[in-house]
Amino acid sequence: MSTIFQDLVDTLRKSTLHFADTKKLMNTLNIIVTIKQVPDTAEVRIDPKTNSLMREGVPSIINPEDRNALEAALALREAHDGTVTALSMGPPQARDALEEALCMGADLAVLLSDRAFAGADTLITAFTLSRAIMKIAKYDLILCGRQAIDGDTAQVGPQIAGFLDLPQVTYAEGLELKKGGSLIVQRGLEDSNQWVQVKLPALITVTGRINHPRYPNLYNVADSCDDAKIKIWTAKDLQLPQAMLGLGASPTTVKKIFEPDRKMKGEMIPGDERQMAEALITKLKEMHVI
Amino acid sequence: MYSVHEICRERSRQFPKGFSHFIKRASMDFELTRQQKLARKIAREFAERELAPHAQQWDEEMTFPSEALKKMGPLGFMGISIPKQYEGAGLDGISYVLIIEELARCCASTAIIVSVHNSVGAYPIYALGNEQQKQKYLPDLCSGRKLGAFALTEPNAGSDPASLETMAEPCGDHFLLNGVKTFITSGSTCDTVIVMAATKREKKSRGITAFIVERGTPGFSVGAKENKLGIRASDTCELIFENCRIPAENVLGEVGAGLTAALGALTFGRVGVGAQALGVARCAMEECVRYSQERKQFGKPLASFQALQWMIADMATQIEAARMLIFKAAWLKDNGKPFAAEASMAKLYASETAMNTATKAVQIHGGYGCMKDYKVERCFRDAKVIEIYEGTSEIQRLIIARNTIK
Ligand SMILES: Cc1cc2nc3c(=O)[nH]c(=O)nc-3n(C[C@H](O)[C@H](O)[C@H](O)COP(=O)(O)OP(=O)(O)OC[C@H]3O[C@@H](n4cnc5c(N)ncnc54)[C@H](O)[C@@H]3O)c2cc1C
Ligand SMILES: Cc1cc2nc3c(=O)[nH]c(=O)nc-3n(C[C@H](O)[C@H](O)[C@H](O)COP(=O)(O)OP(=O)(O)OC[C@H]3O[C@@H](n4cnc5c(N)ncnc54)[C@H](O)[C@@H]3O)c2cc1C
Repeated sequence: MSTIFQDLVDTLRKSTLHFADTKKLMNTLNIIVTIKQVPDTAEVRIDPKTNSLMREGVPSIINPEDRNALEAALALREAHDGTVTALSMGPPQARDALEEALCMGADLAVLLSDRAFAGADTLITAFTLSRAIMKIAKYDLILCGRQAIDGDTAQVGPQIAGFLDLPQVTYAEGLELKKGGSLIVQRGLEDSNQWVQVKLPALITVTGRINHPRYPNLYNVADSCDDAKIKIWTAKDLQLPQAMLGLGASPTTVKKIFEPDRKMKGEMIPGDERQMAEALITKLKEMHVI
Repeated sequence: MYSVHEICRERSRQFPKGFSHFIKRASMDFELTRQQKLARKIAREFAERELAPHAQQWDEEMTFPSEALKKMGPLGFMGISIPKQYEGAGLDGISYVLIIEELARCCASTAIIVSVHNSVGAYPIYALGNEQQKQKYLPDLCSGRKLGAFALTEPNAGSDPASLETMAEPCGDHFLLNGVKTFITSGSTCDTVIVMAATKREKKSRGITAFIVERGTPGFSVGAKENKLGIRASDTCELIFENCRIPAENVLGEVGAGLTAALGALTFGRVGVGAQALGVARCAMEECVRYSQERKQFGKPLASFQALQWMIADMATQIEAARMLIFKAAWLKDNGKPFAAEASMAKLYASETAMNTATKAVQIHGGYGCMKDYKVERCFRDAKVIEIYEGTSEIQRLIIARNTIK
């Protein structure tokens, strides 16, 4: 694993594309937000025979925490000026998610779409996204959702930070830009909060608690569908060979997906209100729920 | 679309290559554009999150959805088809009907408030107003800072608006407005209302003029809010004008050309109301599809009984037909073609589809369908009202007949 990672890092280092210039003085804030298009899991079913996701006819949405990341980016841009670029890797229909991001107010969108990208695991997804971020070049901040509701690994953000050699702060529930180019990040931990200061450029992953994302706006509809607003990049645009992309390059594979058995039976608790409540508390304690 | 001539030429050119290729080139395009799909998606999400959870309560308590409307202005819902230079969203007629349908699917009352505001509250100012009027009124209306209404109906002039009695007497640099308007949507909540009044009574329909009247103008007062069967969250009121002084610059369009203007505005309004009906019908059908699979009788889900399957099949068919009529009318408008008869067909068929669908939907729900806890009960009441406003079904048939029997 570490050698695979090293190979990928070396590729990025050797490329003609450049890492962010950390010494650059910031007067505007250029933000990249990674957006994953995911099936609306509320409506996804798993085929009990093949154990695969039945995606047909299931509406696609922007991964919910990516909406939070985008909202955080838009709020920062409104307060400090700058640009917000939405970046996604996916099949051609992932363009829908980017159009929605533009409708929320992103300035520009980049879609990485190529058959060569298909089947990438988290490492290769992060690698490909990192390469695109290097091509975008001008950025002070990368915002990601903490995790995708379908893949659920929460790996892609931190892996991008690894590839680009950026400081990372995860689980952000609050952001505040300080003079001199650093961010105060409030991290939501299991039962405490942590405040971290980080120098930009940096990568932050945000949770759903950071804000309430705005709705996409009808005023932006016409512009968002304009081809000039969405760049579509292929493997060739990223100057990456097939051997470093997609399924073939991915060290991990999904062996099996299955729906956990939910054959739990309900149980009636008899008695008056007091008895029922007591019996319920006892049961919950026995089950270590409370 | 291709003319016959072009099709023939196309056929002679393409046929040797294979029939399917020719068919493809010459076929109509039923695909929505990316913009239209995006507009629909935005409206659907907003409606599901901001309207659906409250619609039942708003209906029951007759609560005007001001909070939701406040959010809708900045999102572009209040000037959907008006160009951006006046702070509209600049979308086409197809997007407009898609948006109204989505709103109505979750809350028919909000849909009619938005529809009235857009199509007869703001659009006539864009279509007929002079530049000064557009600059003065449209940005506030399109951004939702102000709400628009439209007042044609009177106690003695409903289906026959030419017989209206409200008078506007010229008096120096202004007009003196006297009369009563009835059943006015957003009557007590609007900021501007387009009022139709007779400037020359003896000329009947040609003596009617449209005025932009601002709320707060002395002599303009609002009567009681009606307690209605359906569409209960929209406020429907009587408007009273007593020696209300309207500056001459507030005449919309030509003096004496008001009724033509009003009917022109109502034409596209009707397509929007058709879309509202479609939303209600879809809501009722979706509820049936869900309920009939959950509810079991005789050991089987209701959906397995053929009698009920056929009801749902009819709903689906009529809904599809209504949608095609609405799209066609909106497409004609977008392409600058006459669409009066098609607008009436769309409104007529869609509102009757909503009524049929909702009636069957209550039936499929049995006793539960009569209970306020179930959406179909509200659909049933809302659908009935839609068959009446912006021209009753009879008046739509009258217009269609006039256009057909020539
Ligand atoms: C055909 C196919 C085969 C696959 N095979 C494998 C496999 O063999 N092994 C394996 O591990 N996974 C596999 N996957 C899953 C895929 O690798 C992951 O879905 C993807 O890498 C992202 O991981 P995640 O969903 O856990 O995202 P997380 O790491 O949970 O996402 C965190 C954040 O990263 C960003 N992000 C994630 N993905 C993207 C993206 N595509 N574009 C932009 N931003 C993004 C978003 O901001 C997101 O909120 C496969 C997927 C497909 C469609
Ligand atoms: C909730 C609601 C909101 C409304 N909002 C507005 C608004 O914002 N602005 C506004 O101006 N108006 C509004 N109206 C009024 C509405 O447009 C009228 O109610 C409608 O046009 C019918 O007029 P009427 O009620 O006077 O009925 P009438 O005209 O008295 O009709 C009674 C019956 O006779 C039928 N009929 C009439 N003439 C003929 C004919 N020639 N041939 C065959 N049948 C005929 C009608 O179809 C109907 O069945 C609203 C109404 C309602 C219920």
